[in-house]
Amino acid sequence: MTAMLEVRDLKVAYGKILAVKKISFSVEEGQIVTLIGTNGAGKTTTLRTISGLIRPASGEILFQGKRIDTVPAHQIVSLGLAHSPEGRKIFPKMSVEENLLLGAFSRQDSEINQDLDETYDLFPVLAERRAQQAGTFSGGEQQMLAMGRAMMSRPKLLMLDEPSMGLSSLMMKVIIQTVRKLQPQGTTILLVEQNAQAALSLADHGYVLEVGTIVIKGTGKDLLVNDAVRKAYLGED
Amino acid sequence: MRIPNIPLSFVTRHGSKAWPLGLTGAGMLIIGSLLSWSYDAQVLGNLSISFNPGGLQRLAIALALFAVVFLLASKGPLVRLGQWADTALGLRALATWTLLFMTLVVVAITVEAGGLINVQPGGWVSFLGAMVLFAASRLVMPTETRDLAEAVLPGWVEILVIVVIMAGLLFGAAYALSLDDAWAFVLFLVFVTGMAVAATRAGLLSWLGHVTARHKRVLILASFAVAFTFPLTQGGSDANMSIASQVLVFAAAAMGLNIVVGLAGLLDLGYIAFLGAGAYVGAALSTSGFATIGWKPPFIVVVLVAGCFSATLGLIIGSPTLRVNGDYLAIVTLGFGEIFRLTMFNLDGNNGPDLTHGPNGIPAIPDLSFGSFNFGDTHVLLGIPLARFSNYYFLLLLLMAFIIMVFHRLNTSRIGRGWVAIREDEKAAEAMGVNIFGLKILAFVIGAFLAGMAGAIKAHQDVSVTPDQYIFLESAFLLAAIVLGGMGTIVGVLVGAVILKLLPEKLRFFADYRLLLFGLLLVLMMRFRPEGLVASRRRQLEFHEEDEELAIRAEGDIAEKVQA
Repeated sequence: MTAMLEVRDLKVAYGKILAVKKISFSVEEGQIVTLIGTNGAGKTTTLRTISGLIRPASGEILFQGKRIDTVPAHQIVSLGLAHSPEGRKIFPKMSVEENLLLGAFSRQDSEINQDLDETYDLFPVLAERRAQQAGTFSGGEQQMLAMGRAMMSRPKLLMLDEPSMGLSSLMMKVIIQTVRKLQPQGTTILLVEQNAQAALSLADHGYVLEVGTIVIKGTGKDLLVNDAVRKAYLGED
Repeated sequence: MRIPNIPLSFVTRHGSKAWPLGLTGAGMLIIGSLLSWSYDAQVLGNLSISFNPGGLQRLAIALALFAVVFLLASKGPLVRLGQWADTALGLRALATWTLLFMTLVVVAITVEAGGLINVQPGGWVSFLGAMVLFAASRLVMPTETRDLAEAVLPGWVEILVIVVIMAGLLFGAAYALSLDDAWAFVLFLVFVTGMAVAATRAGLLSWLGHVTARHKRVLILASFAVAFTFPLTQGGSDANMSIASQVLVFAAAAMGLNIVVGLAGLLDLGYIAFLGAGAYVGAALSTSGFATIGWKPPFIVVVLVAGCFSATLGLIIGSPTLRVNGDYLAIVTLGFGEIFRLTMFNLDGNNGPDLTHGPNGIPAIPDLSFGSFNFGDTHVLLGIPLARFSNYYFLLLLLMAFIIMVFHRLNTSRIGRGWVAIREDEKAAEAMGVNIFGLKILAFVIGAFLAGMAGAIKAHQDVSVTPDQYIFLESAFLLAAIVLGGMGTIVGVLVGAVILKLLPEKLRFFADYRLLLFGLLLVLMMRFRPEGLVASRRRQLEFHEEDEELAIRAEGDIAEKVQA
């Protein structure tokens, strides 16, 4: 079986500085895979490259067996790859509903309204405030909106960039629960996190990134008990 | 205009006197207006005959009556209105503007007739009345009001309100255009502004917003009915229709630019070139003896060719530049505007093919004619002669309706949503799968196409096309109309275009200071109302973010709801 997403020897550079140095990993269908690592490890850069916002210096990205590293960003979304960006990047002056409809921008089918209802079922908070300006939302609500918006493109693979960023621990639990809920619905998830504990407890597979290279990989359970990971990311001696 | 408030202790002690004082002031204003204001019958129209109020005196009476309505709504038979409308704020604004109005009347009579002595007792009574009203308005206590969004009248009453207001606009516009005297025109503007500000402060305008939202079709129909009947109010005079049809060309171009700037957020400083390109196509394909191209298709085809030609120019200039960010685009389009003008200036047969006759342009473009209907002839409708410019006015109105329809459709479509996303956050829009470059090009090309169509009609209306009609200043004015009126709105841009085109026509004595005044106007707008005269909901939030603390609730609260 070919992987849903396969990254081979990916190198990404900002000018002369290599942010991602030849990494390879894959995401199987139906799995939750996480990339963890500190600030500047290259996690966000990797996601942005996969979704076509940055071009790789070398290497290949295959989505469902098809190379996508030269495909324009707006076409990648319609292939079924959604990206909920770092810092959420919702459109603050637009209403909740407009934000969600923008998530479905790549689609022109007649089932958008149906998906809108499903998203509201998943996030009842959004349903209550569908006409409200998204910029007035709290961080947690914005994160829900960002995830809902990404789901509106009916992705096969959903990439979440630090959904827990800046949230209270209570809110974080809610977000993690939501991610769990998505998986049985057949959505494959690539999760980038600094919060290693939360991410690894969710993930089938995990990769630890350090300064642009993958240093450790394994199943989520294994990594949770891995000594090196525990020392570096889980704050244990 | 905001004037410092009187200490609260003083207001509470004397608040009860506000009502009789206000009625006295309004009464004096009315009585004074019925008397003669000026010895000189030549000043400000005729204001010299007692018990036969001239135009400005009627305006003063209208202001006074509006004040009476506010007073009676705070205490008296209209108190039900007072439950909804904020009468105190409305009265304050109205009294301030009324005082300004009467002060300017006295100044105007003094200046025009040569001395303060020319002001008759009636004028002084009215002036005093305005002062008394002003004093009374400062003593009125603000009251609690209910949300006007809930104030629903029977459907036919609301429709009637819309019709009455549209009719008022029609008569107002006809009256404003008939004013030859610059002072009278300024005073009329003060009157309109005062009424509008008072209605806004009292909340009546936002109520009107709800009403029009409930009866959109009626509003649209009434607007076009008013626009179409306007020429009939001119009694056959074509001078004002000439101004009106120029305003329409300007407004059509501004509305096209509004797609580029207001919706997609692309700063285009050379937009007038697209209007010019359309005009040159219209001229070159016309049956003028000076036309440079042998092909003479019917006008419908010419309009489409002009639109397509402009759109192609838009594509050519857009595809390399729309890949870069805002500021570069502004510079490139600025340059493109100048390149267009200089190219037209030089295609005279000496420096290249003779397509435009260089600085002489293409003159003697004949009037349009559809079948037996010639646009140069005077036609009679309902006994009122409609001359050349009225004919063009009607044609331009059709074009305007088309452009507004395109604008509205785009604005509410998926494409419009994509444009707004690009304007707000290009990177996030890209991550959503919005084809940034494609949509930008689309905005640019549609804008150019519409301007090209308007240009083809303009060529016939203006009789000749020359390069100096398409200078950078015109692009700047188009942009100013959009900024002044309210970016991304339909009504706002129409208002902005009318103001920017009509004011210079009516205030000819300002001609030397025109740019200075526009500069001042824009600076003041940026300071006091950056979202434009008519703000789109989104823009308003953009500029007044401090108001939106409302919705940030405790995260725990939401977390509970989601878990439940």
